[in-house]
Amino acid sequence: MNPVPGIYRILPEAILTLTGVAIMLVDASLPPNLSRRYLGFLAAIGTTIALWASVGQLAFPQGTGFFGTVETSAFTVFFHVLICGIVLVALLLSLDTLPEHSHHQGEYYALIVFGAVGMCLLTSAVELLVVFIALEISSISTYILAGYRKQTGRGPEAAIKYFLLGSFATAFLLYGIALIFGATGTTEIYQIAQLAPIAQNQPLVLAAMALMLVGILFKVSAAPFHVWTPDVYEGAPTPVAALLSTAPKAAAFALLLRVVYEIFPHLRSLWAPLLWVVAVLSMTVGNLAALRQQNVKRMLAYSAIAHAGYLLAAFAGIGSIGIAAAAFYTAAYAAMNVGVFAVITLIAGYDEQLSLIDDFRGLIYRSPILGSLLIFFLISLIGIPFTGGFFGKFYSFSAAVDGGAIALAIIGLLNSGLAAAYYLRLALVAAERPSAEQAAPPKPHVGPAVIAAISLAVLTTLVLGIVPGAVLHAAQSAAHTLQVPPQPSEAPGAPLQSPQ
Amino acid sequence: MRAFDPIILTLILLVPLAGAVLVALLPDRDKLPNWIALGATLVTFLLTLHLPAHFVAGQSGFQFEVKLPWIESPAIFYHVGIDGLSLWLVVLVGLLAPIGVVASWNAIQTRRKVFYSLFLVQQTAMVGVFVSLDLMLYYGFWELSLVPMAILIAMYGRKEGSKAALKFFLFTFIPSAPLLVAILWLYARTHTFNFSELQYQAASGVLPAGALFWVALAFLFAFAVKVPVFPLHGWLADTYNEAPVALAMVVAGKLGLYSMLRFHVGLFPAQARAMAPILIVLAVIGVLYGACLALVQRDFWRLMAFAALSHLSLIVLAIYGLTLTGWSGAVYQILSHGVVDGALFLLLGALELRYATSAIASYGGLAAKLPQAATCFVIATLAMIGLPMLSGFIGEFVILSSTFTAVSRSAAIAAALGVILGAVYMLSLVQRLFYGPESALTHSNPHGDLHDGELAVLTPLVVLMLVMGIAPSLWLNTIQTGVHPPPPIKSTVILSGGRRATAAEGPAFVLSGAQPQTSRAPSLRLLSAARVGDHESQPTTTPEAQR
Repeated sequence: MNPVPGIYRILPEAILTLTGVAIMLVDASLPPNLSRRYLGFLAAIGTTIALWASVGQLAFPQGTGFFGTVETSAFTVFFHVLICGIVLVALLLSLDTLPEHSHHQGEYYALIVFGAVGMCLLTSAVELLVVFIALEISSISTYILAGYRKQTGRGPEAAIKYFLLGSFATAFLLYGIALIFGATGTTEIYQIAQLAPIAQNQPLVLAAMALMLVGILFKVSAAPFHVWTPDVYEGAPTPVAALLSTAPKAAAFALLLRVVYEIFPHLRSLWAPLLWVVAVLSMTVGNLAALRQQNVKRMLAYSAIAHAGYLLAAFAGIGSIGIAAAAFYTAAYAAMNVGVFAVITLIAGYDEQLSLIDDFRGLIYRSPILGSLLIFFLISLIGIPFTGGFFGKFYSFSAAVDGGAIALAIIGLLNSGLAAAYYLRLALVAAERPSAEQAAPPKPHVGPAVIAAISLAVLTTLVLGIVPGAVLHAAQSAAHTLQVPPQPSEAPGAPLQSPQ
Repeated sequence: MRAFDPIILTLILLVPLAGAVLVALLPDRDKLPNWIALGATLVTFLLTLHLPAHFVAGQSGFQFEVKLPWIESPAIFYHVGIDGLSLWLVVLVGLLAPIGVVASWNAIQTRRKVFYSLFLVQQTAMVGVFVSLDLMLYYGFWELSLVPMAILIAMYGRKEGSKAALKFFLFTFIPSAPLLVAILWLYARTHTFNFSELQYQAASGVLPAGALFWVALAFLFAFAVKVPVFPLHGWLADTYNEAPVALAMVVAGKLGLYSMLRFHVGLFPAQARAMAPILIVLAVIGVLYGACLALVQRDFWRLMAFAALSHLSLIVLAIYGLTLTGWSGAVYQILSHGVVDGALFLLLGALELRYATSAIASYGGLAAKLPQAATCFVIATLAMIGLPMLSGFIGEFVILSSTFTAVSRSAAIAAALGVILGAVYMLSLVQRLFYGPESALTHSNPHGDLHDGELAVLTPLVVLMLVMGIAPSLWLNTIQTGVHPPPPIKSTVILSGGRRATAAEGPAFVLSGAQPQTSRAPSLRLLSAARVGDHESQPTTTPEAQR
């Protein structure tokens, strides 16, 4: 009955998978002494096509494919575009900054692409087992990527920590899935949504929700499930940290939106206070810890925890207002965070000679453009108007105010004042005059790929800050499609772009 | 020329921004960034002069208004316009910008591109604050104005730049968090960011009074830090001490005071009335405290900082006296303070550039070596301490007399004491810098008098101080148009609505609708000193004003 062939429903994922497989094959067939750098271009091209394909999916009516396991809607397209964009920036960044002679470059690019497959699938899956598989695909790729710099001590440490804690969290999620299956007898999200409120065994449903939330909150590195974040970001190569701090989080937030707004909307009175607490904890713990950091990447890791908190504030918003705000914040956060990591990769270099905040002293005197870009992204992270960060916070907290959580908004905005302290510390150190005894670090190598990556991030941050209308509209359509599940009969519905 | 009217404000906002982009793109060769910045600021200044030239003095409401949709949901508009309140403040920003460029001409030698582009962005942000009529747009410019300032203080700080910058930024950024929440709450309730609509809704009693109190408090808190008002002035001295001269000129006062008038007293008259007694007390403390601390400073930047605290507190006193006369005096005093402070900063900056120190004790006997600088400094000092015929007198006199007659005699007397102390510390500063025996430093460093560039900007400032002291009505007429506010139609709606007494007595304009709207106020004498909200106006004639 479905007029859209199933394959079109997973077109971006399919393209990304083919790209990854192609990279692996070419890598294996190339002579060992040949540079693998061009595989990165292959990956970037594949990701671009996938991005374009996801936009193309807007032409189909909202609906599910593959026996109701995956869905395409404005919601999935929004997150697909976001994830593919982040992956593209990370790939371009790696192209110019990975050392020419580093080992396993082919696998590196392939893993990034496979990770993207998992993340994209995570946002479009509407069957809990597929959700679980997607989460595993993306997690396993990122575990390996986190340990890519295996010659240093920190790389393997990061990978093992991430793997152990990550597996634990995935187990929680799986347990939750099992319980909800026990309570309702199905793993399809839309059916669960109908059956969960009338299930015989309500405690089972509650336990399932709690376990699933734990698993997902771990993935978005919200406090108190955040302890892995700083170590992993510090140990991972900076381009990977750029990816890790944005794309998997975006996907996990999409899943969280699906779980709380689609599966358990009737339990709002339970999860809303829970997420309120987690949001406040994440912001406060993240910011307070970030204030004390001397290492730039650890500082940004704690700031990422705080941003997860700001984003969770949007969940206090009711219905599509909250969803739209969360989706918008995810986009804004991704653009500026991937940007700031990109700039730091260039400044610090792949082997991270400059890792402390004090090492950045006088940056604006040494390389004015990089210094200005760093300050620009930091300003956006602070949330100064006319940057994406501002509108992200603005929508998130106005959703909270709209949902009646005024205290949350005040705590959040005071927290962003706290956050300004450490972002600004870095920005101001970069703006200070360099001290005389400081050795001049080597000039970073800036190639066209990196320029493209950073320009993409800058442009997105600016567009989101000055003319957020289009993205906001997309976020609202996404919210709308998440709120209105497709008809079970799968009759050709309205076009995906809903009226609002 | 009227064809410019709809786009003039946009032009004033965009020209400095375009200048900033140009400075950033062109190479840092010779004095190229300086010239571009000077050109951009001069063009901006000329554009701002278009405003008073075509401003219709008697007309209430906003002029040169532009309202374009910016973001659909939430409904944020690019909505700018000016009235008598903001008119001269915009011109003042325009005037001080080229002066700031000249003051930085020799002082800033490194990274000129960064300095001038950020300086120009700062101009846009400041003008933006004064012209925005959409609360969200206003908030945007308000926050934006912090960034260039903080970065420049960190880059060009004298000793501990980044520490001072951090202090400045946090002090002003953190209070804007409650401000944003308050704005969002207003939007959640009224679905508009439009200033006039919000003013109407706040006055009409639709919004719950208890919540409105907190909203007004959040607004006030943000503004009070920015001014700063007495216990919140922690950032001021360090910022004055570290900031480059061009930025120290603009950092304190104007934005916060204007915001108080427009967005606190103007938006929440009833709540402002409730908070007024506390603010009057704080302002009086600020006047005296600032003056006392200024007396004992050894560094002239810190002295200027506490002097500023004292003078700005006087303006706060005028604003929360809630008299129409006081408000006119407040706006006039903001203008005068901007001009006088600008001149003093320029001169002190010139001294520091020549002798590389800001310790007052190192100076002495400069009058013989720098006669022109000494003359200008003395005139500016006299203007600052309120000598009749100079600009500072008018504002101080109006403020003190309206406080005395309509608010509180003891407050007026205490504030007058602060003004007298002001004369003491300023004159002793003049004495220690320019007169007395020549110090070792001034003796060993022969430096020339003011150069042509400095003279070229100081002369108009000195002339302006005189003109503002002699013919205040040139400014007061238009200022009163802004202070006696909005269209009477709305006030009749409120009156006929039969709201409770709290709603009806609060808004300032309820009364002003009943008052005869004179197209131009003939002279200072006729200004009503009535307390706003009293149902009588008591015209007061004061002998001093007839001079």
